[in-house]
Amino acid sequence: MFMGYSLGELGSIFAMQAFAGLILFSVFVLMSLGLAIIFGQMGVINMAHGEFMILGAYMTYLTSQAFQAFAPGLYGIYFFVAMVVAFCASGALGMLVEWSMIRFLYKRPLDTLLATWGLSLIMQQAFRSIFGAREVGVELPEWMMGSLAITDTIEVQINGLFVMGLTTLIAIAVYLLMFRSRWGLQVRAVVLNRPMAGAVGIDSERVDRFTFGLGCGIAGIAGSAFTMIGSTGPTAGQLYIVDTFLVVVFGGAASLAGTIASAFTISQAQSTMEFFMSGSMAKVLTLLVVVCILMVRPEGLFVLKVRR
Amino acid sequence: MTQALSPRFKNLIGLLLLAVLLAVVLPLVLEPFRLNMVGKYLTYAFVAVGLVLCWGNAGILSLGQGVFFGLGGYAMAMYLKLQSSTLEATKIQSTPGIPDFMDWNQITELPFFWVPFKSLPLSLLAVVLVPMAFAFIVSFPMFKRRVGGVYFAIITQALAAIMTILIVGQQGYTGGINGITDLRTLAGWDIRTDSAKTILYFVNVALLLGAIGLCLLVRGSKLGRILVAMRDKEDRVRFSGYDVASFKVFVFCLAAALAGVGGAMFTLQVGFMSPSFVGIVPSIEMVIYTAVGGRLSLFGAVYGTLLVNWAKTSFSESFPELWLFGLGALFIAVVLLFPNGLAGLYRSHVEPRIDAFLGRKGRSGSTPAPAPAE
Repeated sequence: MFMGYSLGELGSIFAMQAFAGLILFSVFVLMSLGLAIIFGQMGVINMAHGEFMILGAYMTYLTSQAFQAFAPGLYGIYFFVAMVVAFCASGALGMLVEWSMIRFLYKRPLDTLLATWGLSLIMQQAFRSIFGAREVGVELPEWMMGSLAITDTIEVQINGLFVMGLTTLIAIAVYLLMFRSRWGLQVRAVVLNRPMAGAVGIDSERVDRFTFGLGCGIAGIAGSAFTMIGSTGPTAGQLYIVDTFLVVVFGGAASLAGTIASAFTISQAQSTMEFFMSGSMAKVLTLLVVVCILMVRPEGLFVLKVRR
Repeated sequence: MTQALSPRFKNLIGLLLLAVLLAVVLPLVLEPFRLNMVGKYLTYAFVAVGLVLCWGNAGILSLGQGVFFGLGGYAMAMYLKLQSSTLEATKIQSTPGIPDFMDWNQITELPFFWVPFKSLPLSLLAVVLVPMAFAFIVSFPMFKRRVGGVYFAIITQALAAIMTILIVGQQGYTGGINGITDLRTLAGWDIRTDSAKTILYFVNVALLLGAIGLCLLVRGSKLGRILVAMRDKEDRVRFSGYDVASFKVFVFCLAAALAGVGGAMFTLQVGFMSPSFVGIVPSIEMVIYTAVGGRLSLFGAVYGTLLVNWAKTSFSESFPELWLFGLGALFIAVVLLFPNGLAGLYRSHVEPRIDAFLGRKGRSGSTPAPAPAE
C-alpha cells in the first residue's frame, strides 16, 4: 500500500493524518471530560450527555444568528459569547435534571442509565420540534477560515488549530478546578467518602448538583466547539455517546489524566487506520480492540488506588 | 399462614391466561394484518422474557440484546435469501445463484460463512447456537474477571454499536443498511400469504409460551434461587462455594438464545431483517419493554412488550411528534415511579383484592414487593 508514494509524500500523509487524529483527539477530550466528571467522579451514567452537547451546539447556532442579525460588525468574536451561552444553558439544564431526577437514583446506577436515556429521547424530539430535522451549520468568522501551509505538502486548518487550543485551555481549567481549588477538594472528598465528607461539613447534595452541572456545561462547550468543524442535527448526540463512554471507561473511570490518555490513543489509532481501510472498518477495529482490552483489564488504563 | 394459592399454581394460571389471550382471543378479534403486527411484537417478547431472567433475576443488565436478536434474525434471513436466490430467479445477474446484493457489490462467489445456510437444519441450529456462542465468548472473560453492573452494560452497548457499523459497512456480505430483503419461501413454502402468516403467528405463540415455561422452570429450580442470591449478595454466594461466573454466563447465554429465536421469528413474520433491529436504540428499547412489564415478572414482560409496542404504533400513526416524548417520559416514569412495572402494580393493587375475593386473608398480598435490582 506504500507503492507509488515518494518518501516525502508519505511523510506528509502521515503528518496530515496525525493532524486529523489530533483534531479527533480534541473532540474526544472535550466530549469525555464532562462525562469523566459525571461518570468517573460521581458514578452517574448520563446517556443524555450527547444531547447536552447538541444543546450547546444549537445555542452557538442561535448566538451566531443573533450576532448576524443585530451586530454583524462584531461577528468575529461571536464564538466567545456563544461558548459562555452554551456553558450556561447546558449547565443550568444539567442542574435542573440533577435536582428533578438524578438525585433520587444515586444508589441505582443502572436505573439512572434508563432514565437518562429517556431524557435523551425527549431532548432529541425537542430539538427536532424547535430547530427542525435538518442539520444546521454556523458561518465561521473570517479569521477562522482557510489554512496555514507549513510546507508545500502539509497544510493545517485554522479552525482545527483553534479547537485544539480551546481543548487545551478547557482541560487546564478543569484540572485547576478539580485539583487546585477548594471546590474541587470538596468534590473529590464526596466521591471518596460521602458520609465522612458530610461529617466534616460539606454539603454533599449541593456539591453533587454543581458537579453534575459542570459536567453538562463542559458538554455544552464541546458542542459549541463542534459547530466549528461540522454541522449539527437533532440526533447527532447519539452518534458520540458510545465513543465517549468507551474513552472514559478505557481511561480508568476515576482518572482525568487517564481519560485524556485514552482519548489520545483511541483517536490516533482510528485516524491512522482510516488511511489504510474504509472509515467504518477503522471504527469497528478500534472499538473492538478497546472492548477486548476492557474485557481483560476492566479497570482501564489508569487506576485510582483507593481503599474501599 | 396458609398460602391462598401456591405460586406454582398461580404461574400455571398465568400461563393459561396468556395462552388464551394470544392463541384464542387475539386471532378472533384482530384482522390478519393486525395479527401479524402482534406477532411482530411478540418476537420482541422473547428478548424481554430473556431479560427478565438475566436482568431482573440475575441482575445483569445487557444493552446488547439487539445483537443476539439480530444474529438469530440474520441466520434465518440468510437461509431464506439463499432459498429465493435460485439459479433461475437470478439468471440476469452476472453471477447467478448468489443473493442479489452480493452481485451488486461485485462479489462473484458465495462467501464461506453463507454456505451452511443452504441447509434448513443447520440454519435452525445456527438461530440458537450462534447467539449463544457469541454470548459465551463475550460474557465468559468478563464474568470471570468480575466485570459487572455498569461496565457490562456499557460494553454490551458498544458491541451493539460495533455490530451495526460492521453490518452497514460490509454491504457485499450482509446487505448493508437495507438488510436482507425480498424473502419468499421457507423450504418451498411461501411465507408471504395470509394463511402462512397466521400459521407463523401460532408457531410464534407456541414458542413464546414454551420459552416462558422454560424460564419458569429455571426460576423455580435451585438454580433460580442461586441467581437471585447472586444479584443480592454476590460475595456471599461466592464464599459459599458457588462458581458465580458460570451461573452468570449460563443465564446470559440462555437470554441470548431466546433473543435469537425471537429474531428468527421476526424475520419469518416480517419478511426481512435489517441492521435497524440490531443497534443501540432497539436494544435499549427492549430493556424498556421489560421494565414497563416489570423486570421480575415473565408474564409482565410479555404484556409490557405488547403495551409499549401498541402505544408506539398507535402514537406513530396519529401523532408521530409525540411518540418520542412519550417514550422518553415512559423511561423516566418507570424508573422513578414504578420500578416494578405493571407486575408491581398488579401485585400491590389487584392481587390482594383477588385474594380477598377468594375469601382468604392474611397472606402474601401484604408482603412488600421485592426491591428492584440495581
